[in-house]
Amino acid sequence: MHDNLVEIQGLHFAYGRRPVLKGINLTARRGQVVAIMGNSGCGKTTLFRVIGGAVRATQGSVRVDGVDMVGIDQEGLYKLRRRMGMLFQFGALFTDISVFDNVAFQLREHTDLPEDMIRDLVLMKLNAVGLRGAQDLMPSELSGGMARRVALARAIALDPMLILYDEPFAGLDPISLGVTGNLIRRLTDTLGLTSIVVTHDVQESLKMVDYVYFLSEGVVEAEGTPAEIKASGLPFVHQFVHGEEEGPVPFHYPAEPYAATLGLNHA
Amino acid sequence: MIDGVWRMGVAMRFFMLTLLHSGICLRRPQLVIREIFTAGVLSLIIIVVSGLFVGMVLGLQGYETLQTYGSEEALGVLVALSLVRELGPVVAALLFASRAGSAITAEIGLMGATEQIAAMEMMAVDPVARVVAPRFWGAVISMPLLAALFSAMGIFGGYLVGVVLIGVDDGSFWSQMQAAVDFRDDILNGVIKSVVFGVAVTVIALFEGYDAPPTAEGVSRATTRTVVTSSLAILALDFVLTAFMFRGV
Repeated sequence: MHDNLVEIQGLHFAYGRRPVLKGINLTARRGQVVAIMGNSGCGKTTLFRVIGGAVRATQGSVRVDGVDMVGIDQEGLYKLRRRMGMLFQFGALFTDISVFDNVAFQLREHTDLPEDMIRDLVLMKLNAVGLRGAQDLMPSELSGGMARRVALARAIALDPMLILYDEPFAGLDPISLGVTGNLIRRLTDTLGLTSIVVTHDVQESLKMVDYVYFLSEGVVEAEGTPAEIKASGLPFVHQFVHGEEEGPVPFHYPAEPYAATLGLNHA
Repeated sequence: MIDGVWRMGVAMRFFMLTLLHSGICLRRPQLVIREIFTAGVLSLIIIVVSGLFVGMVLGLQGYETLQTYGSEEALGVLVALSLVRELGPVVAALLFASRAGSAITAEIGLMGATEQIAAMEMMAVDPVARVVAPRFWGAVISMPLLAALFSAMGIFGGYLVGVVLIGVDDGSFWSQMQAAVDFRDDILNGVIKSVVFGVAVTVIALFEGYDAPPTAEGVSRATTRTVVTSSLAILALDFVLTAFMFRGV
């Protein structure tokens, strides 16, 4: 049993010729909630896809529970994914079946459990996210925050070892935001999971995570515990944590000088 | 041009992959039954009504023409052969493409756009086996049944107009039909046609949906392409099949 559930060393990834990740080192210890933060387009979602095995690293090593994700075959990948849960940004619930059936989906696909046992398990998972009463609703009848909680119940249906959260806080009202944050922390602690959260919600994440990685332009710009991050003097981290407009990340997309664009040079 | 050929190649590979992953349909037939309901049962209304009207028009037009030669008793033969050999499979397939094919494309396209397909993959469930294969078999099983129903309703429509309305002799309408329609040459060939059309429409619909860009525009374009491409495919395949089946008749 490795102490580190996810180990990434010297990870490079490129879409065609466009490099997205350039030498990432990252570890997630068992039982931790790890956040990956960064501005839009910094490669955090790609990093996620690499951990989930949706895309393969061009260079470097990625190990999940000691399994090499770079050379893994389809069968091995599916076997590993049964022990992984993923929460998509907007839940990605199956819209043609009810909340109950969504949570039961993996149990029915991967196990031969009798229906009454599946029912108990599903209600337990729904109860854990506070939505036992919503079991008969269709996904279209749920609010954004509820949909994400159902998706969370679905992700923990098979008691995974690792859950990946893609932007779990995006577009939530303050109450749902706090609820979701607490849920991630509580589920991680009570179920003995490891959680990796991709987010750019600094304030909410710093409250509940154990370790933070800051990504910028495909490299890890900074890392540390929330306390270290808050105290960090690095200009990038400071700009990010305080949401400042100007800093190492410029407000303006690269362009020719403004005066030149307006044709003022000729005057 | 090269793009088109390349796309056809990818679609063929997708088709083969679907067949390869069809084992689940035998293990869990309820998945296929559900799709037979969505593709087949929900298409019943349009098929029944269209079949009835096409048959009624055939009755009217056929009577007009046959009457000129004094052979209006052959109306039953004309209606039945037109329907069983051509109109049944072809028109039913065209309707099926626009009713069920477009729905399949839109559904799978939207599943892709809302990350449901990706979620399924992350749950270690193969979407080709779980989503694509049951829809394929559901639609392919439905198509010949719908075509047969279309022909039956058409013959009934022809009977209504020819016999009940115009007054063609009841006995000769049915007996001439019975004598002239051959099971192997006419009915079986019609069934083969409808199976081929069913496979073509379904593969196109599934592929377009699976391949649709994950945007509103992407899904709408894919849906349109499904209807256009499968309609053209049906008409082209019909010519080829007819040429092989009825050349010597």
